[in-house]
Amino acid sequence: MSDALDGLLERLRERFGDRIVSACQDVGELTIESRASDLLEMMTALRDEEPFRFEQLTDLCGVDYAAYGQGEWITEQASNAGFSRGVQGNNFARLGLTGIYGTDTIESNTGRRFAAVYHLLSVTHNHRLRVRVFCEDDNFPVVPSVIDIWAGVNWFEREAFDLYGIIFEGHPDLRRLLTDYGFIGHPFRKDFPLIGNVEVRYNEEKGRVVYEPVSIEPRVLVPRVVRQDSRYADDDRPQEDAGNG
Amino acid sequence: MADIRSYTMNFGPQHPAAHGVLRLVLEMEGETIRRADPHVGLLHRATEKLAESKPYNQSIGYMDRLDYVSMMCNEHGYVLAIEKLLGITPPRRAQYIRVMFDEVTRILNHLMWLGAHGLDVGAMTVFLYCFREREDLMDVYEAVSGARMHATYYRPGGVYRDLPERMPQYEASRFRSDKDLKDLNAARQGSLLDFLEDFCERFPACVDEYETLLTDNRIWKQRLVGIGVVSPERALELGFTGPMLRGSGVEWDLRRKQPYEVYDELDFRIPLGTNGDCYDRYLVRVEEMRQSCRIVKQCIDWLRQHPGPVMLGDHKIVPPSREEMKDDMESMIHHFKLFTEGYTVPAGEAYAAVEAPKGEFGCYLISDGANKPYRLKVRAPGFTHLAAMDEMASGHMLADVVALIGTQDIVFGEIDR
Repeated sequence: MSDALDGLLERLRERFGDRIVSACQDVGELTIESRASDLLEMMTALRDEEPFRFEQLTDLCGVDYAAYGQGEWITEQASNAGFSRGVQGNNFARLGLTGIYGTDTIESNTGRRFAAVYHLLSVTHNHRLRVRVFCEDDNFPVVPSVIDIWAGVNWFEREAFDLYGIIFEGHPDLRRLLTDYGFIGHPFRKDFPLIGNVEVRYNEEKGRVVYEPVSIEPRVLVPRVVRQDSRYADDDRPQEDAGNG
Repeated sequence: MADIRSYTMNFGPQHPAAHGVLRLVLEMEGETIRRADPHVGLLHRATEKLAESKPYNQSIGYMDRLDYVSMMCNEHGYVLAIEKLLGITPPRRAQYIRVMFDEVTRILNHLMWLGAHGLDVGAMTVFLYCFREREDLMDVYEAVSGARMHATYYRPGGVYRDLPERMPQYEASRFRSDKDLKDLNAARQGSLLDFLEDFCERFPACVDEYETLLTDNRIWKQRLVGIGVVSPERALELGFTGPMLRGSGVEWDLRRKQPYEVYDELDFRIPLGTNGDCYDRYLVRVEEMRQSCRIVKQCIDWLRQHPGPVMLGDHKIVPPSREEMKDDMESMIHHFKLFTEGYTVPAGEAYAAVEAPKGEFGCYLISDGANKPYRLKVRAPGFTHLAAMDEMASGHMLADVVALIGTQDIVFGEIDR
């Protein structure tokens, strides 16, 4: 399996050269990163050219990397306020709030926050490939639409737009898909609270359904912990918190 | 000549043939559909976002509730993705149990589909017949996991527990005569495997019954033949998988092409359609039920001969048993850590796909090394199928929309997620 992947990676490098920003082979899967400006040309080649022949786009998914690698439980020394600190988390809804409801802004490297991840499948050659494209601008994430290459991507792009606010340039019908009519915000962004912003109920007096700010409290039972387990340790990572005994 | 007015029609979201909560906005010209615009999301529960807020194992139960008629297959996809990242392989016995239950689930799903599809198109009896057999398989689910539907049975590292030695039996009640009770319990005297074996003996004759009712039925054929034709090339472009793709004649089944667990050791055939219409997809699914039955039989034979562990012994991932916990300090610590914090998964990403009854069910996991997934994306087969509704329905009559929803085997749990 990995021989086949090596071969595929080699052919990809031969064909696309430095348009492949990075490539990674892990758990029997091949991932390449491309730039948004090269995407359409590259995807067309991946579909049509003989050594690739990715006839099918299995999946497209948006990812928000804003909170990548952030734990809520940094235990460098024992503390008698440990659990409550973990439960409170860094902030309301686990992160600072941004956007229309927000007060803080998320600190992240420009252009590395939103990514679209494509999973391609070749039925002819029976291999898979993952292509990741980061959006250039965090505040206005744009990626060209591949709808002319794979028609089946239509709803996947609408979903990623709905949930992450990634704009797919060239998509003929980029409407919200999963959220309510008139929904505000992009719910899968890391700065969107898990409990949401509004709740609905039927108001007797007004005789209709009304939207109100959420009344429930955010509650976290298990804090998010990033541990450098010694079995999976990378050599270049500092081991602050090794072992979980 | 009278003017034919075109108008827009709202189908659902609470239409009995909409299979849940589908709102379909149809632009009609007379009784012909010009454009179909499905509005989905009425069952959106943000499962993926919820999973980001919980330790890995706590989301297994949510997977059952995605495609709620093929529960264990969803768990399988999720558990496989975690195992891939952790780099572990469950014991062989667990793999066989998983495959067996995947196939039981496939039969469950196809029975539900066949019944509902029949009902949509106007055949009431099939529905009752299908639910008769479904009930037995539900009992198998219950015997092994304690729940009839939402089993939460698979775990990273194996399955929750071994198959029970005794099949639960019906109890006496004043609404049941002794003779009825005896008949009901006749097949339940032995273990779960005995019961399932008995089922596999009976089941092919049941499929024959459904086929007697439908396959050569004039009305059934009139409603399905030539409806919703998709060419093989177009099916690939649209992202079709599973019976929707095989119905168009593309030989693609993950169980055969990218085998996971022990599918490469089992003998089964992949049925293919030729015309790519609703009727071919019906034939494909019916044959799949027969093949699943064969696979289950092979698994039963293997499982009888090979007792053994069904979970890994690595207590960094799998909790220790109750008994161990009572008198071993180390086990108690492991138990405490696993249930208060869970295990952490090494940073990286993995995509694991299984051939669910409806098509390719995939889980894409991104881990940043925490005890919760950083991002979970569920690739639901029905999602791409429903997205193609516009293309499949355009030019057909209004009544055919019902047949199309049926043939796509739509379940909103997985589409809306």
